[in-house]
Amino acid sequence: MELFFNPFDNLLCILLGISFTVWFTLLLVFIIVPAIFGVSFGIRRLYMKTLLKIFEWATLRIERGAKEKNHHLYKPYSNAIIAKEPTSLEEEIKEIRRSGSNKDLDSASEFEMSDIFYFARRGVESIMDDEVTKRFSAEELESWNLLTRSNYNFHYISLRLTVLWGLGLLIRYGILLPLRVTLAFTGVGLLVFLTSLIGLLPNGRMKNLLSEKVHLMCYRICVRALTAIITYHDSENKPKNGGICVANHTSPIDVIILASDGCYAMVGQIHGGLMGVIQRSMVKACPHIWFERSEVKDRHLVAKRLSDHVQDKSKLPILIFPEGTCINNTSVMMFKKGSFDIGATVYPVAIKYDPRFGDAFWNSSKFGMVNYLLRMMSSWAIVCSVWYLPPMSREGGEDAVQFANRVKAAIARKGGLVDLLWDGGLKREKVKDTFKEEQQKLYSKMLVGTQEDRSRS
Amino acid sequence: MFLISVSAAHLLRLYERFQFLDKDNRGHLRPEDFEAVLELSENPIGDRIVEAFFKPGQETVDFPSFVRVLAHFRPTEKNRNRDKGQPDPANSRTRKLKFAFRLYDRDRDGKISRAELLQVLREMLGMQVTEEQLQSIAERAIQEADLDKDGAISFDEFRKVGPLELGSAFILLTVRHLNDEVSSLSYWRSG
Repeated sequence: MELFFNPFDNLLCILLGISFTVWFTLLLVFIIVPAIFGVSFGIRRLYMKTLLKIFEWATLRIERGAKEKNHHLYKPYSNAIIAKEPTSLEEEIKEIRRSGSNKDLDSASEFEMSDIFYFARRGVESIMDDEVTKRFSAEELESWNLLTRSNYNFHYISLRLTVLWGLGLLIRYGILLPLRVTLAFTGVGLLVFLTSLIGLLPNGRMKNLLSEKVHLMCYRICVRALTAIITYHDSENKPKNGGICVANHTSPIDVIILASDGCYAMVGQIHGGLMGVIQRSMVKACPHIWFERSEVKDRHLVAKRLSDHVQDKSKLPILIFPEGTCINNTSVMMFKKGSFDIGATVYPVAIKYDPRFGDAFWNSSKFGMVNYLLRMMSSWAIVCSVWYLPPMSREGGEDAVQFANRVKAAIARKGGLVDLLWDGGLKREKVKDTFKEEQQKLYSKMLVGTQEDRSRS
Repeated sequence: MFLISVSAAHLLRLYERFQFLDKDNRGHLRPEDFEAVLELSENPIGDRIVEAFFKPGQETVDFPSFVRVLAHFRPTEKNRNRDKGQPDPANSRTRKLKFAFRLYDRDRDGKISRAELLQVLREMLGMQVTEEQLQSIAERAIQEADLDKDGAISFDEFRKVGPLELGSAFILLTVRHLNDEVSSLSYWRSG
């Protein structure tokens, strides 16, 4: 038995050895070295173009398949279930009443029994499809990107498509995923190792320079670990020292995307485990702002540390995500006013992911962090655009909330996202009664308002 | 029982929505599941609307019943063939009025009492009006509608004061029978 296996054993070892060497050389030459120097071969863009062509073909096949079977395709955007134009409460109630049997317009503002239908209709509309809850679930796609996660017309697929899908599966899990995981480990490992090393140097220009280079290099490796294809616009507006960079938040990857193009001081809570190790070594090389869990609740402490950092012009710009939670990248939710209260220059940044390649949104109630990262690494690619907006400062007479809303509107406009008023934290908490009160106020103004006029006359 | 006309694509969308609300994957919804609809909490009569989905005494609603309630809000067909044998479609004027009536008549005794009317008004107006204003609004409404002067509004009286066309906001197209769609839906979902 042993004799039989030995020669194969040797052969196997040799083969494995060779393939590993080849693998690592390719990795080094095509990915790690360019990452160190910040250049690109353009391989990823070529990859992206090829993928797009394949997706188009796949979608056409599905449409053809559906037509043959004479069914309606499930198209999330074109089969709108609710067709309504936004009008005011008063308008809609009047319309309901106007279609009534014997009403004269004089008594238009008195209570009618049918008024309840306005509220009922609105309630049922929101049960069927509401704007806010939609923001927290992954964006639905029109075309199919060969990932079953995002397809609802699955049973119209022909044999050819299934083969293609199977091939895609093999490539993604067999080739891309191991490659990316290797890169990720390399990137993170290098980051921890090198920043700890730099931490041993005395403070000074040399240290800052080296720290910058190391951070950039490691983030670039991580970017390649996700096959992220990023387009940066308006780089002349990049955040400068002493400022605060704010961006919309879709996933933890946002940090990697921004930090691979510039150096920032991160803000966050110290975690345990691997994350904590990374955080602690990063802070040795350059000052990031990490808070203990107990300190996070103390708003004044947080504000003080942020403003201290900002006033030191030698320190890097702070990176903050004011939404406080991950939104699904179709809209921007309410910004928390804390970071806008400090009085520093704000550099807004808009990040928009292209959903055709993979959904980058982290639904933290559905997936844990590791699960999420695995999903990211087994998608085709992450394609996104980053816009650096010109810096903004708080104008005289503006309070923190108004300033925050102004910045939010600018980011939403640039990134092509919808500017919503809702607080991102709502997906976890219950709604405050103030919204209900507003509805009641509007309705009572319509009814009771006129009674007051009558009693006056 | 009444007919419901929904296209397959819309039905699928509603099914996705149903599944979204059914967070624990039980196959049916309970009143608490509707709390996931954030905009519903903004609605002054949100609780009543949720109640409307559940038959009296039942604490769960399955998908066909869910769609049946929603089907009330389809645009009414103007020139419907009034077949004596066929039941009313869900979106007929009568059915819509009945739905609205049930929103008022919480104890389902077939009449809207003054107390029930006051309760609804209080919910819709909140703290924005005084008790006297509330009473006078309710008094006026009952006087107008109550034809047999029994102090409460029956369904027939409600019909007379109701509008001719209850404006609808939904567009659900084409005609298929509900049960076939649902069974084929659940088949390919589990496969």
